[in-house]
Amino acid sequence: MNFDYTEEQTLLENMVTSFVRDDYDWDTRCSIVKTEEGWKEENWKKFAELGLLGVPFEEDHGGLGGEATDIMIVMEQFGKGLVVEPYMPSIILAGGLISKLGSADQKNSIIPEIISGNKRYVFAYAEPQSRFDLFDVKCSANLDGDNYIINGFKSVVFGAGMATHLIISARTEGDQRSKSGITLFLVDIKSDGITLQNYPTIDEYRASEVVIENLSVSKENILGELGNSYEAIEEQVDLSTIAICSEAVGILQVLKDSTNDYCKNRKQFGQPISANQAIQHRLVDMMIEYEQAKSILYMAITADLSNPNERRKAASAAKARIGKAIKFVGENAIQLHGGMGVVDEYMISHFFKRATMIGILFGNVDFHMKRYIDLTQSDIQSINEDDGINLS
Amino acid sequence: MDTAFSNEDLKFQSDVREFISNNYPKELKDSIGTKRKTGKELSRDDLMSWHKILGKHNGWSAPGWPKQYGGAEFSPTQKYIFEQECARAECQYIMPFGVNMVGPVIYTFGNDEQKAKHLPGILSGDVFWCQGYSEPGSGSDLASLKTSAVKEGDHYIVNGQKTWTTLAQHADWIFCLVRTNPDAEKPQQGISFLLIDMKTPGITVRPIKLMDGSHEVNETWFDNVKVPVENLIGQENMGWTYAKFLLAHERSGIAGVARSKKALERIKQIASAEMSYGEPLIQDPAFKSKIANAELELNSLEYTELRTLAKDSAGKGPGPESSLLKIKGTDIQQMVTELAMEAVGYYANPHLGTTLSNEYVGPDYATNLSGSYFNFRKASIYGGSNEIQRNIIAKMVLGL
Repeated sequence: MNFDYTEEQTLLENMVTSFVRDDYDWDTRCSIVKTEEGWKEENWKKFAELGLLGVPFEEDHGGLGGEATDIMIVMEQFGKGLVVEPYMPSIILAGGLISKLGSADQKNSIIPEIISGNKRYVFAYAEPQSRFDLFDVKCSANLDGDNYIINGFKSVVFGAGMATHLIISARTEGDQRSKSGITLFLVDIKSDGITLQNYPTIDEYRASEVVIENLSVSKENILGELGNSYEAIEEQVDLSTIAICSEAVGILQVLKDSTNDYCKNRKQFGQPISANQAIQHRLVDMMIEYEQAKSILYMAITADLSNPNERRKAASAAKARIGKAIKFVGENAIQLHGGMGVVDEYMISHFFKRATMIGILFGNVDFHMKRYIDLTQSDIQSINEDDGINLS
Repeated sequence: MDTAFSNEDLKFQSDVREFISNNYPKELKDSIGTKRKTGKELSRDDLMSWHKILGKHNGWSAPGWPKQYGGAEFSPTQKYIFEQECARAECQYIMPFGVNMVGPVIYTFGNDEQKAKHLPGILSGDVFWCQGYSEPGSGSDLASLKTSAVKEGDHYIVNGQKTWTTLAQHADWIFCLVRTNPDAEKPQQGISFLLIDMKTPGITVRPIKLMDGSHEVNETWFDNVKVPVENLIGQENMGWTYAKFLLAHERSGIAGVARSKKALERIKQIASAEMSYGEPLIQDPAFKSKIANAELELNSLEYTELRTLAKDSAGKGPGPESSLLKIKGTDIQQMVTELAMEAVGYYANPHLGTTLSNEYVGPDYATNLSGSYFNFRKASIYGGSNEIQRNIIAKMVLGL
C-alpha cells in the first residue's frame, strides 16, 4: 500500500507546477481573464508542447495513457493557479467521450488533432430544465435522409467560446427523461444552425448558451451508437467529476495555506491575529477539512473505476464530501481575511469563487448525497443477508 | 498510488481471519453478548481472555512491539488489517494500558531488569495495568500534577491522588507521573515516571460512576506508599519526556475506524428492523442522509489513516497528525453512538442491568444504546481533549 507517485508522475507534477509558477502567476492570470477571449491560446500551444493535452489519451493515438492519478496531478496544480484554459471540458470530458465511443476512424482523425492542440471539442449536455440529470434531454435529432436535423438549447457550456467543435447530446427517441434514446453528435462549432451566446462566469471562466436551430449533421458524425450513449456520458461525467474534485483540492490547499499566512501576518491589538485561540482552532478545522477532502479524493482515485457501481459511488462520495469541505474552508478563508477577503482585488476571493462553482458543477452536495444514498441501498441489503451480526 | 493489498497482505488477512474464527472463544462471545444485552459490566476475564490467547500466538497481543521484546512487529499495513479483522469479528478490545502505553515506554526507556520483569506479563495478558496521569487539578494541564514522590533511602514515598484511573478496579500495576522536584524551574522539569504495584499498602481505589451508570473509572489515592527506587523509569525528573512519548503512542490507533464501520453496519441493521412512517427506518430520507453523512466522514478518515500509515511505513513515524485522527475519530464515534440511540426511538429510555431493574424490556439490540451515547461523550475529552489536540496541531503543524 502506498500513495506515492511514480517517477513519471513526479515529473508530470513538477512540469505542471513550474508552468503555473512561471507562466501563470497571479498578475498574468488576472490579465488573461480580462481579455475578450477569456483565455490565452498560446497557453494551449504550450500545453501541447508539454504533452499535457495527451495525458488521458491512449498511447496508440499519441497520448500518454494516463490514469486517474495522472489527471489528478494536472488538475490539482491547475487548481492552485486557477488556470482558466478549458482543460477539463475539452481534454477530460469531451476527450473522454471520444476515446470511449469513437469509431477507429473517428479516433484516428480526431484524437491526434486534440493532442496537438489544433482542435478543441467541448460537450454540450445541460439544458435549462435538466439541472444535474444527464438523461434529461429535450434537444431533438430527427432523421431526414442521411442527415439528422437537431433543434434545442444547451445551457452553460463551459469553454464553448474557445472550442472548434461541439459534442451535442440529442434525443433520437424516447421521452424527455428516458435514459435510452440519447445520441451524441460531433459538429463543427461554425456550422449553420449553431448560435453561441458567450459570457463570463462569476469565477471568471467562460461559458456559453448554445442555440441549435435546424442544425444538419451527417450520420457519420454520430459518436457511439444511435440512442445508446447515456452510460458513456454518465461514466465520463463521473471521471470528470473526480477531475474537478482534484482541482478543488488544489484550490483548498491555497485557501488554507494563504489564510494561515495571512493570520500570522495580520496584527491587531498589538499581536498577530493567529495568537488568538478562536482563530487557531478555526485554522485547524480548515486544515482537517482539507485533509479529509484530500483523503476522499484518494479513495476515489484508487477505487476500481472500471466497475460502474464502484465508479459511481466513488465520484458521488468524493463530490459530496469535497463539496462540504469547499463550503467550510472557503467561507472561513474569507471570514479570517476580514475586509481583505471580500474585495475583488485580493486573490483569496477568486479562489473561493472558483471552489464554490466547482461545488455546483456536475451536481452539488445534495445531488451527490442522494445519488450516493441510492447507490448504497444495495449494500444495506447485503448487510442484512450477512449473518455476522445477530439481531435476535 | 496503490491501495490494493499485496499477495502477502492478503495471505496475512486470511491467516488473521482464520485464526480468529478458530480461536476466539464462543463462551467469551456469549458472555460479552449476554452482558451487552442485559447491560452488565464486563469482568476481568471478559476483558483479558482474548488478550491471553493472542499472547500465545507470535506476539499478536502486541502488534506494534519489536520482535526482540516478544511483539508481532507488524508492518503498518498488517496492523491496519489486524485491526480491521478484529473489528469485523467483533473481538473484545485489547486493553491499551499495558500494550500501547507503558509497554513501549518500558522497552524504549527502561533498563534490562525492568524489561525482563514487566514485558512478559504485559504480552501474556497476565498483568493488568492502569494509568496514573490525571489528577483532580491536572486535566489538560497535566504538567501541573502534584502527587509527590520523595526519596527515602532505596524507596520513594508517594502521596497524592490520581483520577480517571480507567479499570483500576482490575489492575495489578499502575504507571504514574509523580513530582520528584517541586522546585524545578518549569513544572515539566520536576516529573518522574514510576511503576507501582497496586497491592502496595497505602493505595486506595474508589469508584467513580459515569453518567451511564457504568463503573469504568476510579479515583486512586496514595497515602505514604513505599515504591522501590528500581521502579523508576529512566532518569529522575525526566518523566515528562516519557509521558509525551506515551501520549503520541496512545493517539495512534485512536481513530477506531474499523470499529466505527462495524457500528455503522449494526445501525443499518437496526434501522432495517425499526419502523418509521410505516416503513423501515432505513428508508426514511432524513435518517438515510445521516447514515450517508457518517459513512462519508468515515471513508475520508479511513484514507487519512491509511495516508498516515503509509508515512509510518516509510519510517516517518506518527507525528502530530495523530491529533487529527483523534479529533475526527472521536467525532465519528460520537456521531455513531448518537445514531444508534436515535434508531431505537422510545427504547432508548429503559436503563437495564441496574439493581432496580431485573426485567428486560424492548428489543435486545436496543439495550444500553443511550448508555453508549452518554458514555461516549468522554471520547472528545480523554487522551487530551479535542481542544488540546487543536492546540497541538496549531503549534506543531500550522506553526501558529
